[in-house]
Amino acid sequence: MDIQSCVTIINEWDIVAARQLGRNVAKELGFGTVDQARITTAISELARNIYLYAGKGQICIDKLYDGGKAGLRINAVDSGPGIKEIRQVMEDGFSTSGGLGAGLPGVKRLMDEFEIDSSPGQGTQIKATKWLR
Amino acid sequence: MRIPILKLNDCLLVSIQWELDDQTALQFQEDLLHKIHETSANGVVIDLTSIDFIDSFIAKVLGDVINMSKLMGAIVVITGIQPAVAITLIELGIGLDDVLTALDLEKGLEKLQQELGE
Repeated sequence: MDIQSCVTIINEWDIVAARQLGRNVAKELGFGTVDQARITTAISELARNIYLYAGKGQICIDKLYDGGKAGLRINAVDSGPGIKEIRQVMEDGFSTSGGLGAGLPGVKRLMDEFEIDSSPGQGTQIKATKWLR
Repeated sequence: MRIPILKLNDCLLVSIQWELDDQTALQFQEDLLHKIHETSANGVVIDLTSIDFIDSFIAKVLGDVINMSKLMGAIVVITGIQPAVAITLIELGIGLDDVLTALDLEKGLEKLQQELGE
């Protein structure tokens, strides 16, 4: 059984709403404070990417129940310009926005599973999952 | 909402008590620099005890304000970084190198006095 709730990302306030939603779900599922911080931070990075690069998109938080284990999946979807060089954005230190370049490789390290699907002109979908240990 | 900045002798004290949104973080950056200018403070302690996560944006704003303060002649010490925040910052790839830190406000003020040679 998977349960989903979503936040539409248009402005900076939506980034706050998305991470609050994520933190609440993480708490409900019983994640500890460190994993809550990992999940909240990952959501914040993904929501900010949508806000900066796509302008508009959605962050959905899914509760996953797979056999005996529970997890949380962040699903970040936008129909922005997409990413030409996925390999390049997955390198530490790469940034087109003048930020810290922590971005996607950082999110991958914070979460257990990470999938990215993007093509230029088609938008980007990122799924990042954390399992309850 | 604006983050209160308190003056204590020749230092400024800031305790960030709630989750920072982008605007509040940027407003704080400006407010702190103005306050340093206004009060001729030599040092600043920013306490993050109540903060339970820091993303790359907030880390950048913090890192920037530390360097900006340094340019003006004030030293900044960050205190009270929680275990979960330290773990996520390093995993995210943000070391905040060269930033002065201390476990809590008390140790932060001590560190500041040492740095200022008082």
